[in-house]
Amino acid sequence: MSLWFPRLASDRALRLRPVEAAFALTAKQSNTDRLHCLDARAERAGLARGMTLSDARALQPDLITRPADAPGDARFLRALARWAGRYCPWVGLEGADGLVLDVTGSTHLFGGETGLIADMRMRLSRAGMETRIGLADSRGAAWALAHFGEGIAAPGQPLQALGDLPVAALRIDPKLVIGLERLGLRSIADLHATPRAPLARRFGNGVLLRLDQALGAQPEPVTPLADPPHYGVRLTLPDPIGLLEDVQAGAARLLAQLCSKLRHHDQGARVLLLTLRRVDQASQQVELRLARPMNDPQAILPLFDRGLAGIEAGFGIDQLRLAAIQVEDLPPAQIQSAVRQDENDGLAALITRIGTRIGLENVQRFLPADSHIPERSFIIAAAAFSDPAPSWPLLRPRPLRLFPPEPVAGTGRTPPARFRWRRMTLRVERQAGPERLTPEWWLEDESWRSGLRDYWRVETAQGRRLWMFHTPQHPGWYVQGEFA
Amino acid sequence: MSADFAVCYPLKRGRAHEACGPGATYFAATCCNFSDKPAFWISPSWQQGGLNPEGLAAYCDPTRLLLARAASQIDILAVAEEALRSGAVGLVVAEIYEPLSLTHGRRLQLAAEAGRTTGLILTPDGMGSNAAETRWCCMPLSGDRDSTLHRWDLIKNKSGTLENWVTRWDATARRVIVVSKAGERPRAASATG
Repeated sequence: MSLWFPRLASDRALRLRPVEAAFALTAKQSNTDRLHCLDARAERAGLARGMTLSDARALQPDLITRPADAPGDARFLRALARWAGRYCPWVGLEGADGLVLDVTGSTHLFGGETGLIADMRMRLSRAGMETRIGLADSRGAAWALAHFGEGIAAPGQPLQALGDLPVAALRIDPKLVIGLERLGLRSIADLHATPRAPLARRFGNGVLLRLDQALGAQPEPVTPLADPPHYGVRLTLPDPIGLLEDVQAGAARLLAQLCSKLRHHDQGARVLLLTLRRVDQASQQVELRLARPMNDPQAILPLFDRGLAGIEAGFGIDQLRLAAIQVEDLPPAQIQSAVRQDENDGLAALITRIGTRIGLENVQRFLPADSHIPERSFIIAAAAFSDPAPSWPLLRPRPLRLFPPEPVAGTGRTPPARFRWRRMTLRVERQAGPERLTPEWWLEDESWRSGLRDYWRVETAQGRRLWMFHTPQHPGWYVQGEFA
Repeated sequence: MSADFAVCYPLKRGRAHEACGPGATYFAATCCNFSDKPAFWISPSWQQGGLNPEGLAAYCDPTRLLLARAASQIDILAVAEEALRSGAVGLVVAEIYEPLSLTHGRRLQLAAEAGRTTGLILTPDGMGSNAAETRWCCMPLSGDRDSTLHRWDLIKNKSGTLENWVTRWDATARRVIVVSKAGERPRAASATG
C-alpha cells in the first residue's frame, strides 16, 4: 500500500497558518526563488512547481508565499509514519513525500481494504492533507496507482490494474521514459508485450527490473523505520531499601547500564531523571541537568548526591527507574592532554553541581556582541549551552560596572562642575570626551528614546571615576557606569 | 615597603580574603590574572550594576570568567563554597550584601584550603567576618595625571602587619604597580610624575 502526499509541504504550512488566497512555498535554487510546493488554488491559476517566483507573481499577483522548510517537512513525514503505525506495524518512507505500508494481514481490522482506505482518507482529509492512495500486491504497483490513478488492484492481476498507466508509473528515469515513448511504448501493457531481450539491450536492466517489481515477479521489501532507542532502565527490588548508600548503589547499577547503552549509540545524556518508587506507591523524582552531554557513569554518579540526599524513603524504596530524558550526540573525541581534560571535566562537573542548586541557566558567561551601544556590546549566555569566545576585542576605555542611567542635576554640554550622585557631592577634576553614540534605529529600545548620547569620562576630586552622558536632544545628564 | 606588598598582594592561595570599598571590583578584577584556571564570579541575581566585560577586558580576560547569579546570600555562600572546594577554578569572587557570620567565613576558609583555591569576598563596609585571611579596603584616588590610582588599605592581616599602599595600573604590563610614598620618591620620578 502506498500513500502519496502531493502537497505535503504546503499542506503542512497551511495547517499551521491557513490563508484565504492562492498559496505557495518557495525555495532558493541556484540563486533564484522557485516555487517548491503550491496549493490547489494556485495550481488552478496556472502555476506549476519549479516556476520562478517572479513569473508566478506576474500570473497571480495576489499569490501568498512563504519560504519552504525542508527539515521540518522531513520531520512531519516521520510524524505521519508514526501515525500510520495505527494501521500496520510495517511502515516505511517512500521518497520525500510518501509512505509505504505493508498492510498484509491487518486490513480485516478496519473492515477490509476499502474500509481501511476510507478510514485513512477520512482522517487525513480532516487533518487537511491531500492524499493519493494506491493499494496493490507489490510495492511498485501500489506506487504506480498512488501517483497515476489511485485505487485498489485486484489480487493476482496486476497487469489489469496497471496496464493503462503510462510507463512513467514504473519509477524510472525521466530520460528513459522519453526514450520509451519515442518507440511508441506509452503504457505499461505495451511495455509488457514487447520482447524483453531487445529492451534490456537498449535501456539496460533497470527498466525490466522496475517492470518486474511492479508486476510482482521480483520481490521488493518494505523497510520499516527503526524505533528510536529508548534510554530508560529500571531496577525492582525484592525488599525495600532505605539507606542512602543502598540507593546510591542501586543508582550506580542503573547508571552503568544506561551509560553503556548511550555509549553504544554515541549519545550523551543531558537531563537524567531518577524515579524512586516507595512501598506505599508514592514516588519521588530526582532530576539532574548536566552542564554538557555525558556518558561516563563514574563522573555522573557523584552529581546525584545532592538530589539523593533530599529523598524521603518512608517505609522503603522498592523500585528505581532511571531515564535519560534529553540526549545529545556525543561522538568519541580525540584524547586531549590529561591535564586539559581534567580541567574541562572538573569545570563541567562544577557547573552541574552548582546548577542543581541555583539552576543551570544561572551559571553564565560573557560573549561579545556586535554593537556600539554599551548595554548591547555583550551578551550573557548560559555557560552550559555555549562555548567561551576565543578572545575579547579591547576597543575603548569602558567602565567596570554598568548600571541603568541615574539622572543628575546639570545643564550645558560639558559635565557640571559639581553634582550630587548617590547622596555624595562630587567635584569634577578632570573630564575626557565627548564620545558620541547614536541609537540603533533598527532596534526599538525604550531607554534610548532620548536620542543621541555624548559620553564623558569624569574624574572627581573624591576619587570616583564615572561614565556620564548628556542627551543633547532632550537635555539632561546621567551617570551610567563607574570606572576602576 | 614594596617587599611587604609582594608578600600580601598576589593573594595567598588556598585562603579566603575579603575586599570592601568602592574600588573592590577593580581589586577583584586585577586578582583574576594570577591563575591560569578560569575565575568564578558570584553575584546576587537582583543586582543592578552588573559587571561590564568590556571594562573588565582591560584588567583580565572576560572569556575566562564564569558568572553565577544566586537569589539569596545563603545561595551565594553555598555556590562559593562548592566552587572553592572543587579546585576547578583559580579564583572565586563572591559579592555578598549581608553581614558574614564567623561560621560562614570559617566554612569558606576550610573550603578554600580543601580546594587550594583563592577566595575573595566582596563585602559591604564592615560586614566581613573574622575568619578572613586578609581584608582590603579599596578606594579610587584622584591623581594629577594618572587616572588609575587606587589606595589599598590592608585593614586585617592574619599573618603580618597592617599597611596601606597607593597603587596604579600599568596597562602595557597589565599589572599593579605600587607608587612609592612621597618621602621615598626619587627626585626624577616626581619630576615626570
